[in-house]
This record gives sequence, structure tokens and C-alpha cells, in this order.
Amino acid sequence: MPHNTQQLEDFVTQVRRDILRQVHKVNSGHPGGSLGCAEFFVALYQEVMEYSTDFTMDGLNEDLFFLSNGHISPVFYSVLARSGFFPVEELATFRHIDSRLQGHPTTHEGLPGVRIASGSLGQGMSVAIGAAEAKKLNKDSHIVYSLHGDGELQEGQNWEAIMYAAGHKVDNLIATVDLNGQQIDGSTDDVLPMGNVKDKFLAFGWEVLEIEKGNNIVEIIKGLEEAKALTGKEKPVCVLLKTVMGNGVDFMMHTHAWHGKAPNDEQLATGLEQNPETLGDY
Amino acid sequence: MKKYTDTGKKDTRSGFGAGLAELGKTNENVVALCADLTGSLKMDEFKANHPERFFQVGIAEANMIGMAAGMTIGGKIPFTGTFANFSTGRVYDQIRQSVAYSGKNVKICASHAGLTLGEDGATHQILEDIGLMKMLPGMTVINTCDFNQTKAATIAIAEHDGPVYLRFGRPKVANFTPEDQKFEIGKAVQLTEGNDVTIVATGHLVWEALLAAEELEAKGISAEVINIHTIKPLDDEAILASVAKTGCLVTAEEHNFLGGLGESVARVLAENKPVPQEFIATKDTFGESGTPAQLMEKYGLNANAIKNAAEKVIKRK
Repeated sequence: MPHNTQQLEDFVTQVRRDILRQVHKVNSGHPGGSLGCAEFFVALYQEVMEYSTDFTMDGLNEDLFFLSNGHISPVFYSVLARSGFFPVEELATFRHIDSRLQGHPTTHEGLPGVRIASGSLGQGMSVAIGAAEAKKLNKDSHIVYSLHGDGELQEGQNWEAIMYAAGHKVDNLIATVDLNGQQIDGSTDDVLPMGNVKDKFLAFGWEVLEIEKGNNIVEIIKGLEEAKALTGKEKPVCVLLKTVMGNGVDFMMHTHAWHGKAPNDEQLATGLEQNPETLGDY
Repeated sequence: MKKYTDTGKKDTRSGFGAGLAELGKTNENVVALCADLTGSLKMDEFKANHPERFFQVGIAEANMIGMAAGMTIGGKIPFTGTFANFSTGRVYDQIRQSVAYSGKNVKICASHAGLTLGEDGATHQILEDIGLMKMLPGMTVINTCDFNQTKAATIAIAEHDGPVYLRFGRPKVANFTPEDQKFEIGKAVQLTEGNDVTIVATGHLVWEALLAAEELEAKGISAEVINIHTIKPLDDEAILASVAKTGCLVTAEEHNFLGGLGESVARVLAENKPVPQEFIATKDTFGESGTPAQLMEKYGLNANAIKNAAEKVIKRK
């Protein structure tokens, strides 16, 4: 496991390459949100979570992670593979026929590391709460983590879940919202203004912690460790992670244009040039 | 013809409540979730005896289904309880992605199905739920006929690894199946033997089919009544063996004829042995307010309608 900052940043750089190469090869997929969350995933799987790569669905006595905004599967797959859940070579099968790496993550083909299908938005928080309640029944003190898009909060089911988690003191849950301010049709403020997300979670009775530099791995690790310290105090914990969509590839940054679009050959070359190989390409 | 006795009218939802209470004692992994209808679903006993395993989610069915899916991760066997309408149509995508596609061991238990919900009217009388659920890959679909069978089915589905839709109802109806029955998912129960017509019924219409068979017998027609409590997987063999004898068939269900039991049976017949079939079902319509008996009469879902359909289908042979 890498421990110093340089090693973690190298890991992130390789993940960015994996993201670009996965979506380029099949000319489809979602690079923007994936790149924006690369540091978060590396922090979670390399530093923050306790887990076994000897995957079991029940995940007893380990931390669990649920990806609710399943379209950012390229970053999830890259980090799962490079954390030891399955061979990195399998990343070459992303979105191919007969692959375990479906367009959106699923348990259906038995890919280790994935515990729920996601893609149809707004469902992951409920699932994470259920898993957190099961941990309590099992007297398992580990934490359930989840990730949600900010645009995804427009789905009403989230607010049922947010109300439940506070009302029933689900305090072994850390739900992170990727606040990149973008969604398919444009900025979240243009599509459906959500107002102050922090105030909304606070009003529902959550602990809220903000990570202002959501693409700085040191800041993310610090923030998630603080979030961990807030668990077990009768409140669910929300982390607002302020990221830049497309981070690390200059022409993909600060725009919704690359939400669900793959780079062409030239654009791939530029992206890879900006992110030189570190851990070895698959 | 074998006769059946109503041992006293009871609601099928109380059979669910009794089965769940039993599971509470025998299987510590069973948990129950309810969306503000604990009394209606008869989940009070489980709640009282196992408060730590009972999850009141409020009027938030989507969250309930998602939570149930999550609770399977950690080995729990969640039983969700609400009305059939709110158990299916309202949460279809949650069931599709988080439960069925994800292969989660969730038991979706749905009361107040069909017209017999009565006076509340069409907003609550779902007649499309069997179709919605049977189309989901991997989903088992069960519609029980009386108190005893609902209790047995509730207990049996806890042992089945995979998602199940268990459909039952509100009114007190005849309780005529054995108290000590062993419920076998996917195994049809032949109730009477007959040579002239097969009547395949599910849910509340099984008792009506037996009443119809008695009336037919009085007219010299022998009807073979089959209780298809499991609509998926369907007991193809039992149906085909019966129509091999009788050469015609009536299906009876408290559901739309589009997407219901009748269409499933028609597919089996079309693929194997086409015979004339009549459908006792609602005909692409919503329900309305009224007493259960009035509604079943108006929409043609009672013993009399089954009898008439049987006579008609025999003439089509």
C-alpha cells in the first residue's frame, strides 16, 4: 500500500490514464465525473477504508462502499482493480460484450468489489442505510461509505433516505456528495437549482463536513478521517466534496461537456501526455 | 368430486402476519420493514416481539425497497410490507435495479391487491402488479388463496434464496387449505379431478373456482381445479397434464388479463398444446369503489363467471 503523498498521487495519475483509455476504447462512458473523483477513490481504497480483497458479498467486519452515481464506473473499476479485487488487464473489457465490467456497475456478472447495481440514480443511499442497519444488527462496528453525484440529489428517493438516516440515528454511515456543480444538461444551477446543499443536510439533522479541495488527496484523507471521528454519535455524516469535473485533463475541466463523452485519438494522446504512466498501463 | 370446507373466514393478510410472527421466532435473520401500514399488513406481532428487527420507514416506499436490498448485505432476510400498489408500481425501478438485477434476497409482501380492497377505489386497487413483477428476471411471483396457505407461503419464502413477490389481500375469505400444509414454490396444487374442463385459478379466485366446480358438477360437467399459487415459475407440467385430459381451460385471477396468470398459461399452451382458453380477469380496466362482492360481480370475477366461462370453453373444443 502506498503511504506517502507522491505514491498516492502517482496512483491517481495512473487511474486517470485508466479512465481515459477505458472510455476511449469503446467510444463511450463517463470520463468527466470519473476524473473528478479519482483522488477520492484512491484515498478511500488506499488509505481510509478497512477491507479485504478476498471479496464476500456480506462484507462482515469490514468497511463497505456503495457507488450510487454508477455512471462513473471507469474510476471505480480502475481503483478496484489496482487495489487487488480483480486483474487490471480486465479493464480492457470495459463495456465489451461478455464482460464483468458493465457500462454501469452490477453484481450480475459477479465482479468482486461491487455489492449493488447502480446507474438508475438516487438509489444508493437507501442501500447504504440498509447495509448500515444490517451492520448494527450484526454488532459490526465498521463503517458504510457511499458516493452520490450532486445532480443526483434531484432524485426524490435521496430525501426519503436522508430523512430516515437522521430520524433513525444511522451513525455508521458516511455519505459523500460529489459537488462538481455539473450534470448532463449543464450546470446544476441551470438545470435545477438545489440551493444550499449543506443547509439542507443540516436541516435534516446530519453532521456535515466540507472538503473544499476535493481534488487534493491529502485534504481528502484528512477530511475523511475527520468524518470517521464523527461516526458513532447518533447522527449520519455527510461529506461535501468540492471537485472539478474532468480534473487532471485540462480540456475536460470545468465543463459538463465531458460528462458522458469519450475522447478521440488525438484527445486521448493529449490526456495521456498530461498524465504519464506511473504504475504501468493494463 | 372432492369437497372442501371453509373452516371460518379469515383474511390472507392475517396469514402473512402469522407467518411473519412465526419466522420471527425461528429465523433470527428475518427482518421486517413497513411503510406506515403495520396494522393493515398485520405485522404488529412481529414488531412487538422483535422491535430491534422491525424497521418503520414511514411513507417512503422507495427508500424501504433500497434499504431492504442493502440489508441483505450482511445476511439479513428482509420482508417489506405495504399495499400491493405501493409495493410494485410505485417502486418498480428500485425493485428492478436494487433488488432483481442485483439478485438480492428481498421478500416483497403486498397486501390489499386487486378489486377486493373495495371502497378505497381504483387508486389503491392495483390489477397490474403480477405482470410488473413476473417480467423481472429472477423474480418469483406468488399469489396465495387463503389464510393457511398465505401463512405457509410466508414461512416457505424465507428459505428460498432470491427475490420474491408475495401477493395477498384485504377481505376475509374462505379458509379451506390444510393448516399443516407444506408450501412448495412453483408446485401447483390439484384440488379436484375432472375430465371436461381445467380451471386454473390463483389467489381469491381459487375458492370461487371450487364453488364453480360444484355448480358444474350439478350439471354433469366434471372440472379439474388447479390452485396455481406460484405464477412464476409456473408449473407447466401440471397445466399440460391436465389439459391433455380435459382439452380446454379457464384461467381465473383478480388481475388484468394483460400480463396476468392467463397470459402466462396461454404461452405454455401455445408452445406445447394449444387448447381453447377463457380468461376470468379484468379486461384492461381500472377498478372503482364498492364492496368486494359488488366489484367481483360487476367485473366478472366470481364463481358464476367461472362457471359460465367453463361452459363456453367446453363448447369451443
